[in-house]
Amino acid sequence: MIRFILSKLLYLVPTFIGITIIAFGFVRILPGDPVLLMAGERGISPERHAELSAQLGFDRPIWVQYFDFLGRLFQGDLGNSLVTKKPVMDEFLTLFPATVELGLVAILLATIIGVPVGVLAAIKRGSWFDQVSMTAALVGFSMPIFWWGLLLIIFFSGILGWTPVSGRISLMYFFPDVTGFMLIDSLLSGQKGAFTSALSHLILPSIVLATIPLAVIARQTRSAMLEVMGEDYVRTARAKGMPQSRVVGVHALRNAMIPVITTIGLQIGVLMAGAILTESIFSWPGIGKWMIDSISRRDYPVVQSGLLLIAGLVMLVNLLVDLTYGLINPRIRHK
Amino acid sequence: MTQPVATPPVARLSDAAIRRQMLTEFWFYFRQNRGAVVGMWVFLVLVLLAVFAQVIAPHDPTQQYRDALLVPPFWQEGGRASFLLGTDAVGRDMLSRLIYGAQYSLFIGIVVVAIALIGGIFVGLLAGFFGGWVDTVIMRVMDVILAFPSLLLALVLVAVLGPGLTNAMIAIAIVYQPHFARLTRAAVMGEKEREYVTAARVAGAGKLRLMFKTILPNCLAPLIVQATLSFSSAVLDSAALGFLGMGAQPPASEWGTMLAEAREFILRAWWVVTLPGLAILISVLAINLMGDGLRDALDPKLKRS
Amino acid sequence: MTSMTRILLAASALAVTSAMPALAKTFVYCSEASPEGFDPAPYTAGSTFDASAHPVYNRLVEFKKGTTEIEPGLAESWEVSEDGLEYTFKLRQGVKWHSNEKFTASRDFNADDVIFSFQRQASADHPWNQYIAGITYEYYNSMELPSLIKDIVKVDDYTVKFVLNRPEAPFLANIAMPFASITSAEYASVLEAAGTREDLNNLPIGTGPFTFVAYQKDAVIRYAKNAEYWGTAPLIDDLVFAITPDAAVRLQKLKAGECHLMPFPAPADIEAIKADPNLKVDEQAGLNVGYLAYNTTMPPFDNANVRKALNMAMNKQAIIDAVFQGAGQVAKNPIPPTMWSYNDAIVDDAYDPEAAKAMLEAEGVTDLSMKVWAMPVQRPYMPNARRTAELIQEDFAKVGVTVEIVSYEWGEYLDKSMEAGRDGAVILGWTGDNGDPDNFLSVLLSCASAQPGGANRAFWCNEEFSALVAQAKQTSDVAERTRLYEEAQVIFKDHAPWATLDHSTQYVPMSNKVSGFVMSPLGDFTFATVDIAE
Repeated sequence: MIRFILSKLLYLVPTFIGITIIAFGFVRILPGDPVLLMAGERGISPERHAELSAQLGFDRPIWVQYFDFLGRLFQGDLGNSLVTKKPVMDEFLTLFPATVELGLVAILLATIIGVPVGVLAAIKRGSWFDQVSMTAALVGFSMPIFWWGLLLIIFFSGILGWTPVSGRISLMYFFPDVTGFMLIDSLLSGQKGAFTSALSHLILPSIVLATIPLAVIARQTRSAMLEVMGEDYVRTARAKGMPQSRVVGVHALRNAMIPVITTIGLQIGVLMAGAILTESIFSWPGIGKWMIDSISRRDYPVVQSGLLLIAGLVMLVNLLVDLTYGLINPRIRHK
Repeated sequence: MTQPVATPPVARLSDAAIRRQMLTEFWFYFRQNRGAVVGMWVFLVLVLLAVFAQVIAPHDPTQQYRDALLVPPFWQEGGRASFLLGTDAVGRDMLSRLIYGAQYSLFIGIVVVAIALIGGIFVGLLAGFFGGWVDTVIMRVMDVILAFPSLLLALVLVAVLGPGLTNAMIAIAIVYQPHFARLTRAAVMGEKEREYVTAARVAGAGKLRLMFKTILPNCLAPLIVQATLSFSSAVLDSAALGFLGMGAQPPASEWGTMLAEAREFILRAWWVVTLPGLAILISVLAINLMGDGLRDALDPKLKRS
Repeated sequence: MTSMTRILLAASALAVTSAMPALAKTFVYCSEASPEGFDPAPYTAGSTFDASAHPVYNRLVEFKKGTTEIEPGLAESWEVSEDGLEYTFKLRQGVKWHSNEKFTASRDFNADDVIFSFQRQASADHPWNQYIAGITYEYYNSMELPSLIKDIVKVDDYTVKFVLNRPEAPFLANIAMPFASITSAEYASVLEAAGTREDLNNLPIGTGPFTFVAYQKDAVIRYAKNAEYWGTAPLIDDLVFAITPDAAVRLQKLKAGECHLMPFPAPADIEAIKADPNLKVDEQAGLNVGYLAYNTTMPPFDNANVRKALNMAMNKQAIIDAVFQGAGQVAKNPIPPTMWSYNDAIVDDAYDPEAAKAMLEAEGVTDLSMKVWAMPVQRPYMPNARRTAELIQEDFAKVGVTVEIVSYEWGEYLDKSMEAGRDGAVILGWTGDNGDPDNFLSVLLSCASAQPGGANRAFWCNEEFSALVAQAKQTSDVAERTRLYEEAQVIFKDHAPWATLDHSTQYVPMSNKVSGFVMSPLGDFTFATVDIAE
């Protein structure tokens, strides 16, 4: 097992180096000059421009900057944002919990709805439930979520006034940031109504973010179930007169869950892409919005490190999924 | 698991006959899926709209009617019969813009899939056929691309290349291409050692001929399914880029760009926001329905062992 | 862990009050962007100043509410020497500094703080010049203070003398700007000792009407009333900034009662806001101008008559209607009408495509095709440059001029539009920094600023115009300056280096419960005088 993990890890090293090159290289060939952006309409004299570029270290050869970037990376230093002048790592750590919270709630929502729907659809294959739910899943899968979010805001916040428009919690509540997860912090604060408020702020964004994963999970669960139910041992169990619920519960579900878990794990990339759109629609203070803003402001250090951290994270989660898979299914390990 | 679809070279049917038989079989399975058929019809309508946009659209999509800013659709108070779905902020006819928008979406889908497919197949064939370090290097590069969330990478790429439709398409194609490369490689690896390939090799077929003429046609099915999937994702992602201001630039009537431009009117003029989104949803849904049907129709063949 | 967590832990003691909104008056402002930081000196964004300079700090002299006139701030009075080279400020006594977990001031505000605040920006050798690595003082530099200020002398604890290199009429207006906010020298030394210098930017200590409580990045900023404020203490107890970048979302929040006041509504929504019985809207002409700058060095645009003809071909009212949804006015001068010395006697070129066509033909210009540059970003003076360019394209087509619209990424746009030999006319604009006409006319149109690094994107160099503007800058008599600027505007109109497009109108929607809000012509949002009815 340890060898399996080690080999997986080793396999990741070249990928990670590739990621650093892309994160650094792409960002540095971005057209546009942060120094000019800082000056705005006013313009900046060539001398002052050179002075500022030198101060920010942009005047050195690109490869020197790259190795400098790598060197500092290994010391855990991701540089300072050009806009706020603050360490990128600090900003990431402040914003990251918001994205994780939203992502976790969304994936939870997608799973607890998607899996039962998929199972039920598979059992009742061809029924109206199957047809309706799978059509709905396909609609969800085809949804432009940036538009979907706007519609939900207009309807639920604008017309009905049921949900708050944006933000993470009502401004009435104010408590220290312990974990960075608003749901937990609001409970810790002990303030009445704080948790409900945090929860109500999560509803619309998490629905929007969960839409596509939910559709994928429901479809995947259904087809995995159908496949497993067609296998010999399930057919045998059924032929032996085992009750349907037991067949589904014990044999089919357990075996169908392996590909489903993989699917859920692989949704992290989808979630990150979704978070970019969802966060910018709902003014959610997370890293998706942070990245978009930083790209448009040419905040090199933030875009570089953000790309790196996000890709690293996706890689890590994929590794975990791989390892879990290897644990559940020893055959893979020894391949 | 995967078996050659083509009949082994011994029992030679004419190529045309095989093809005809395959098509009949395919159509038989495809028709079973009602959703797929509906999707196909909708898609055909979209294609017709796109092709005959100039004939169908009541107005020029860029013509500004200065006396008709933000006119609502005809059934609402203040609507006009000449602007069935209303006008936008500078008085352009929504219906015409939506119709012309279909051109963009189909064009984007086709171009992105073509680039990603060709690139992916080429790279995948190379990796699968040659193996060794070529394979390792290529697949590591693909891994790196796949490690980034697609939209984020596309965003950065577009920022590098400069906002615009062409660059958005290139960026999306680059991001999609590893999927095709992986599929092709896996198929090639699977097919490489099979008898018919060995037979062809013994018969003296060159490497190129082996790759393109013998192996490739036999791994087309998963590629076709992936291509439809990518087609719909390309429409979605390019709209998302347009929405974030990095895709097609105004006054292009690309649906995502229209949405982005209309966002400020969200509370005042629902039609400028709702309709482009609906158009995106409907076309993506139609393509996905078709994709499901395609997969179902191609799948039994893949599975027959 | 992070500095953020520390801030919030430190602030938790104060949390008790804001958690009970029934007892305290909490005013919520839905701000449009996150502050870059809380030290006003190194930053340039208005949203940063709204969150730092205005609530937390004071300046030596300040802009009188709702005007661009100067009034005493931390300086009670000042004297200017005969030759205009020495400004002596008498400082206010008994002004208390804010305090926080880490810092309680041992002394009141005095001359040392003034010197610290300016010297750290002026001198690269000052220990606080680079208290955050890579920090720069853009405003201090761009207002040309490095070449202007010769010396700052502490006469006594409550008297400071600024010695200038040349007489400069806008000097007082310059140091009333946010970047010249006064920070505490004592706080700096306490932070120095604690080894947390960056807290000068994270946990600001000032003398202003509100004390800083906490900031949750990209989400919320909290302030509390400064009970010891030297001026009139605020009427509200807590001030909260809810950061909401999207205009439609801001409006939703305002309607839902989640905030009391918002900046920058989408022009499309103004009508609906005015119709809402729970809301009211303040409006004021913005201190800005949007323009189309021709390249006056390239034929045929080097011919003033060609430029004038094109200006006549342009239906500017249509731009105001379609792009601003009426939230603006057609511009005829390069400075906005709310600014002193605005020459209202000038008559704008009337919209007349026929005459324009004839005029172009008379100049021998036929089959002209040109580029129009459209900015990729929204600015207060130009909410949608692309749409404006499309309208101009249509208008010019009617007089036989073919227009190609081009655009670049914003930084590139700013850079390329200033390159000599630029092809085409550029849509751009300007928002005033300090309300002085010099801040428009000399920055945007003088010969000096037609050089690389300047902002004269018409590359228009008219000696007469430049001389008038330079002369006005050295004159301290406002009546005389007014006369000079009015004359300069006449020359500008005659030569038409720009098509002056618009001055946008600034709208501030707020809840009906809000009273006492005063709009600033400079576009600042300040809340020292607001109140909310229960």
